[in-house]
Amino acid sequence: MRRWLALLPGLLLPLVGLAPTSVTAATKPVVVIGSKNFTESVVLGEIARLAARGQGVDARHRRSLGGTRILWRALVEGDIDAYPEYTGTITHELLRNLPPGAGVAALRPRLARLGIGITDPLGFNNTYAIGMLESEAAKLHIRDISDLAHHPAVVLAFSNEFMNRADGWPGLEHAYHLPQTARGMDHDLAYRALASGAVDAIDLYSTDANIVHYHVRVLQDDRHYFPHYDAVFLYRLDLKQRAPGFVQALQDLAGTLDAQQMRAMNTAVQIDGASETAVAAQFLGVPAESAGGSDFWSRMGRYTVQHLALVGISLLLAIVLAVPLGIFAARYARLGQAVLGMTGILQTVPSLALFVFMIPVFGIGAKPAIAALFLYSLLPIVRNTHAGLAGIPPPLLESGAALGLPPRVRLWRIELPLALRSILAGVKIAAVINVGTATLGALIGSGGYGQPILTGIRLDSMPLIMEGAIPAALLALVMQGVFELIERALTPRGLRLRAHA
Amino acid sequence: MPASPDSDSVFSLVGVTRSFGAVRAVDEVSLEFARGRTTVLIGSSGSGKSTVLRLLLGLEWPDAGEVRCDGAPLQRTRVPSVRRSVGYVIQEGGLFPHLTVLGNLALLPHHLGWNRARIRARALELAELTHLRETQFARFPAELSGGQRQRVALIRALMLDPPTLLLDEPLGALDPLVRHGLQDELRGIFGRLGKTVIMVTHDLAEAAFFSDRLVLMRRGRVVQDGSIEDFRRAPAGDFVREFLAAHRGLPEAPA
Repeated sequence: MRRWLALLPGLLLPLVGLAPTSVTAATKPVVVIGSKNFTESVVLGEIARLAARGQGVDARHRRSLGGTRILWRALVEGDIDAYPEYTGTITHELLRNLPPGAGVAALRPRLARLGIGITDPLGFNNTYAIGMLESEAAKLHIRDISDLAHHPAVVLAFSNEFMNRADGWPGLEHAYHLPQTARGMDHDLAYRALASGAVDAIDLYSTDANIVHYHVRVLQDDRHYFPHYDAVFLYRLDLKQRAPGFVQALQDLAGTLDAQQMRAMNTAVQIDGASETAVAAQFLGVPAESAGGSDFWSRMGRYTVQHLALVGISLLLAIVLAVPLGIFAARYARLGQAVLGMTGILQTVPSLALFVFMIPVFGIGAKPAIAALFLYSLLPIVRNTHAGLAGIPPPLLESGAALGLPPRVRLWRIELPLALRSILAGVKIAAVINVGTATLGALIGSGGYGQPILTGIRLDSMPLIMEGAIPAALLALVMQGVFELIERALTPRGLRLRAHA
Repeated sequence: MPASPDSDSVFSLVGVTRSFGAVRAVDEVSLEFARGRTTVLIGSSGSGKSTVLRLLLGLEWPDAGEVRCDGAPLQRTRVPSVRRSVGYVIQEGGLFPHLTVLGNLALLPHHLGWNRARIRARALELAELTHLRETQFARFPAELSGGQRQRVALIRALMLDPPTLLLDEPLGALDPLVRHGLQDELRGIFGRLGKTVIMVTHDLAEAAFFSDRLVLMRRGRVVQDGSIEDFRRAPAGDFVREFLAAHRGLPEAPA
């Protein structure tokens, strides 16, 4: 039996071998650029990467990492070296006690204290705005944001980030005395909800490609509530030593990019389906590099390896900890309840939050995702190990004891084999759930099937979403099948007979 | 014939009480189990007879009184060695469903370092004694009949050739015909091996068939301790009379 149990890690171990080479790049590039999970940020990130390449600096772009918090933390922790940001976000979200409307000159010394540098503004102000469909706004005679106060029935839906930031909805509601209750939704889905009439007003970025595409009226900020959101690059000051050419290249981008150009690039990507790389290359006037490894199957292969590594490593680690915890819980009833309770509580932490919690400890990329998935895997395995052991008929336990076998031998030769089915069922549940949850890992840069899903949502591209969603669903089915085979192979024949009897 | 206090006892209980909640499963019981003899504990279910066996094995511990093994108090440190000197068979055999017959038999000897050949040889020897065919060795418990399972359980209990056998309703789950046959076999085996046997049953006929010393228990107490003749000649109260009357067709002269 022990021999069979030893087989299990053996099956998963090859994944560990794959992980370091596939999840993190084989050779660490000199400069890592990050971008947030929306098109403009990705385009700016690509511009930075190509600009670095022009300086002969080896740069890597980790695109679509998530929201402001994730990027900022990654920058401060040194997981990334630079990313595009907006001055308004820096004053309101990242630093405290700054005068409203503080410019780059005011921000620079404050950021320098944190080891962060800032370029001069790139040339466009992508401020928040509130927009309604042109037809709807005309019908209700809404021109300014203050007009919304007279129309309490207007349904407001804002991006989740806007809902929560100090310079977002809470301040807006207060500044304009708005009577509505706003609800949060994904920014890219908001346009579709707007077009379908499900919601009446959403938050926009003033360089949004969709403004034109969806015939949206941008309401006037008549009380000048929204601060300036001048686009800049933030970078780690240690880059000045490590890659001075790159810092110069970023600085050279200042003042070269106006709102119209930015909106055109966003439109090219989001509406016309151009790649961010191509758009960025065109802007810089450099030849678009042939995107290596971007054909469907090699891309799919990369996502699959990344996804399997996330699920496999986290699962393996979880088995190593959760099975002993389950045994412990079965042995010591009272402490066991505490163990079961703790793993239960872990399960209630929303998955996205858990991923973000892992960043300060593990940085960005595969490691925090694996840590989060590991924590999620504990509960089903601990519970099923406990249930499997607790479900062994007492006469059998007693027979083992009465034979005079020591507890350790009873555990290995009698109890674990009898509980094996239940334990494997727990591992299977954890594996299948992890395949789904791992797609969220793309938000913190872990790659996997979440990558195309994330990009697909951002670009409103159903085929791209499917490119991640279908293999993830298939992988879940395959996992289910594989574990059923493992279960069949490992369950002693005598137990299957009992099941049939 | 009650055991006298000075007889050579393998196990003894001295004023032992064991309660489960408010129920006194064993209530101030004192008993001696003589070496080389067969003693049958008899009583209806819940009378405390199984708990007596479990106390001897250290599967339960007395709330009051003392369990002795070979004259010395049973302590936790002694439990493993005491258990290995005892073969224990329970009603459904307690065979491990995930192991084959041979796997069940090999479990303890393997742990003690016996090699395969020695284990197999010992198993074959006992299989012959209990009329189990060698072809059954590779089977799983679920593939055996009830009678075969009890034979395997008995072989497993005898693997180390322990001086004592504790049997808790060993034939209780078998149909009458098989049961009858196995009773004959078991008695023959006990006679040949000369073991100390302590057996639990609720069947008076079976009790009388196996031994001339019966211990009748009721609600955790010993009601009468003696031969079937003693029971008949001088029943200790109405309960014994009723118990005897409930078992019609009792053999007149137990062998």
